[in-house]
Amino acid sequence: MKAWQHPSFVVGAALSLIFAIVAMLSLVWTPYPITEIDIGRRFLGPSEAHWLGTDHLGRDMVSLIMRGTLTSFFVAAIAVLIGAGIGVPLGLVAAGFRGRAEWAVLRVSDFIFAFPALIVAILITTLFGPGAVNAIIAIGIFNIPVFARVTRGGALAIRPMAFVSAARLAGLDNWQIALRHLLPNIAGLVIVQATIQLSLGILAEAGLSYVGLGTQPPDTSLGLMLRDAQALFILHPFLSLVPGIAIVILVIALNLAGDGMRDLLDPRLRSQDTRNGVA
Amino acid sequence: MRSIATLLVSATLLLTGVTAVFAQADDITIAVALEPPALDPTAGAAEAIDIVTYQNIFEGLTRIDRDGSVQPGLASDWTISDDGLSYVFSLREDVVFHDGSTFDADDVAFTFERILADDSTNAQKSLYEVIEAVEVEDPQTVRFTLAQPSGRFLFDIGRGDAVIVASESAENNATLPIGTGPYAFVQWDRGSRVILERFDSYWGDRPPLARATIQFIGDTATLINALLAGEVDGTNNMAAEALEVFANNPEFQVLVGTTEGEVVLATNNRIEPFSDLKVRQAMAHAIDRDALIEGVTYGYSAPIGSHFAPHHPFYVDLTQTYPYDLERARTLLAEAGYEDGFSATLKLPPVGYARQSGQILASQFAEIGITLELINVEWAQWLEDVLTNHDYDLSIVAHVEPFDIGIYADPDYYFGYDNADFRELIETLNTTTDDAERRTLAEEAQRILAEDAVNGYLFELAQTGVWRAGLEGMWQDSPIEGLVLRDLRWSE
Repeated sequence: MKAWQHPSFVVGAALSLIFAIVAMLSLVWTPYPITEIDIGRRFLGPSEAHWLGTDHLGRDMVSLIMRGTLTSFFVAAIAVLIGAGIGVPLGLVAAGFRGRAEWAVLRVSDFIFAFPALIVAILITTLFGPGAVNAIIAIGIFNIPVFARVTRGGALAIRPMAFVSAARLAGLDNWQIALRHLLPNIAGLVIVQATIQLSLGILAEAGLSYVGLGTQPPDTSLGLMLRDAQALFILHPFLSLVPGIAIVILVIALNLAGDGMRDLLDPRLRSQDTRNGVA
Repeated sequence: MRSIATLLVSATLLLTGVTAVFAQADDITIAVALEPPALDPTAGAAEAIDIVTYQNIFEGLTRIDRDGSVQPGLASDWTISDDGLSYVFSLREDVVFHDGSTFDADDVAFTFERILADDSTNAQKSLYEVIEAVEVEDPQTVRFTLAQPSGRFLFDIGRGDAVIVASESAENNATLPIGTGPYAFVQWDRGSRVILERFDSYWGDRPPLARATIQFIGDTATLINALLAGEVDGTNNMAAEALEVFANNPEFQVLVGTTEGEVVLATNNRIEPFSDLKVRQAMAHAIDRDALIEGVTYGYSAPIGSHFAPHHPFYVDLTQTYPYDLERARTLLAEAGYEDGFSATLKLPPVGYARQSGQILASQFAEIGITLELINVEWAQWLEDVLTNHDYDLSIVAHVEPFDIGIYADPDYYFGYDNADFRELIETLNTTTDDAERRTLAEEAQRILAEDAVNGYLFELAQTGVWRAGLEGMWQDSPIEGLVLRDLRWSE
């Protein structure tokens, strides 16, 4: 199947790309600086000057959404990198060596899975103080076992194949087999999982910021915007709707892209459920 | 099925509502934001304790009235010696505690001995250290001897910290408060509410309402819904952004009054660059109070130019000492050697007014090149870092004690303000009893603080009560921490 023939992948990938571009753009340009507070122009509705209106401090909502998306992407992406960076090697070790190493990796994964992710995230941020960095660590830790399991599962499926046995007969040791033959063949799987974890990470960051443990002002994130808008919901529901809808679209887009990618990369995996992550 | 249940519930509500109107309700449910850690106002600093207990469960020798004046409480009258060192109080007769024991001069002596004891846990012990002796002359008369004259002694003994407790029950007051007030404690459902009931043997006027429930609702959205749904009858302090919901609703009345809370940009005068007067003046010139007040309190607060409450009779308006003037601010910064501005941290405790003011001030200071890094801290960390260890550049907090200008006379206080002239002035003020002289001194003290720009003086927190229409007797202002129930009643 060609990528453009998969409509949900096309829609998901396109939307994700748009969000990503807008987020990156906020690094160099936003319609208004997000720290620019002007009480005189607060609670404005959508207009030509402010496409999505202004918030309770008179900040431009478009600018806030742009920067908020960037924060959410950034937190989720680093958390995915942490998860994949540690989880994938662990999974390869488990699949490559079996035995005690595998047992240890699986039990540690079980152990981490046994805790509700948000609760541990709250624990970490309570101990070390709220902030985006601690949110990244909290979410990242929960990505580790997800990637470890996916990697191990994929690698085990490839391990009995003839080319792997051939490599072993040729004298390669476990490390070399893992790196040269197992890893390249499960890369697609890991990328799909990364996309899904990215969307879950964005949700988790929004959740943490909403309860006040994630991103702190004057920086902003989609979850923090929701938190600011909550007390004003009765008077100014629009302020909650904008970041809320942004989160919904972003998460759906990433999920569609992830599912589509899975279909495209390996149709046999369709039946497997890869959604077993954070929050 | 669900709709039938809802219907039944609404029908029941409607019925009770109707009955309540006809029978003239004699109970009330009031929402407050914070739950007290305990219920003994003489053993804790939390304002939430006074909200529940002050003048409801407990009373002092004097009581502070809704306008901040001192009225007779358990003492019906008193005489003061000419040198201002000796106070003789005549106590009311027929006063009993809620457990049935009688009140007399021994309880007064016990209360003050407990406050001044070495192991005292009283939050305001220092206020009462001026007392040299408390002597029981007869069961209805007690004499206080002071070490030096005190202009505020009658006010201080009317605070929640000096309410009269009985030796038999004082130990348990934290969980089972026994006082002499018009309302007796019934139960405390932790995390939810405290229930009080009218005390039938109360010595004074019988309060109109038979039962009062104080409900703890911290979340603004929940509170709005509870009010709109009729689950609570009012709150003493509603978040300013939500007042609009009730302002034009005929079912509610919004009462905007004053409190004793001066919100200041606390400045660490010990360290560079804040030890330089020019820097502090520049900062004062850079604060746009009107925008700040509009942004944080939706215009519901009064600006202040010194550490003094605007509704106090001794108040002088000093808000124009350093008017909002960015040019002047930049010039002063340059004169102080900071042409390009500087960076500083701003530690913000977890209260809405502080966090919001922080964001707005950061944006205002950015105009003159001062970059503020906002650091959000919890109360425990704020108390340790800022108040105790003085490890901060700037902070924002409300000082809620009445008439607390004297805190600037302590060079070890967290502001680090060391001015011998000011200390002497406060010393004189504390020992002066003549009202006209006190006014002159208090005005002078306000001026010194304003001109020295010790802190950034921002605004006086407003009390913004929302109450159901038909309720009368609420305190509009809050001259002292408390939520006094004695005058509350439903109109005919």
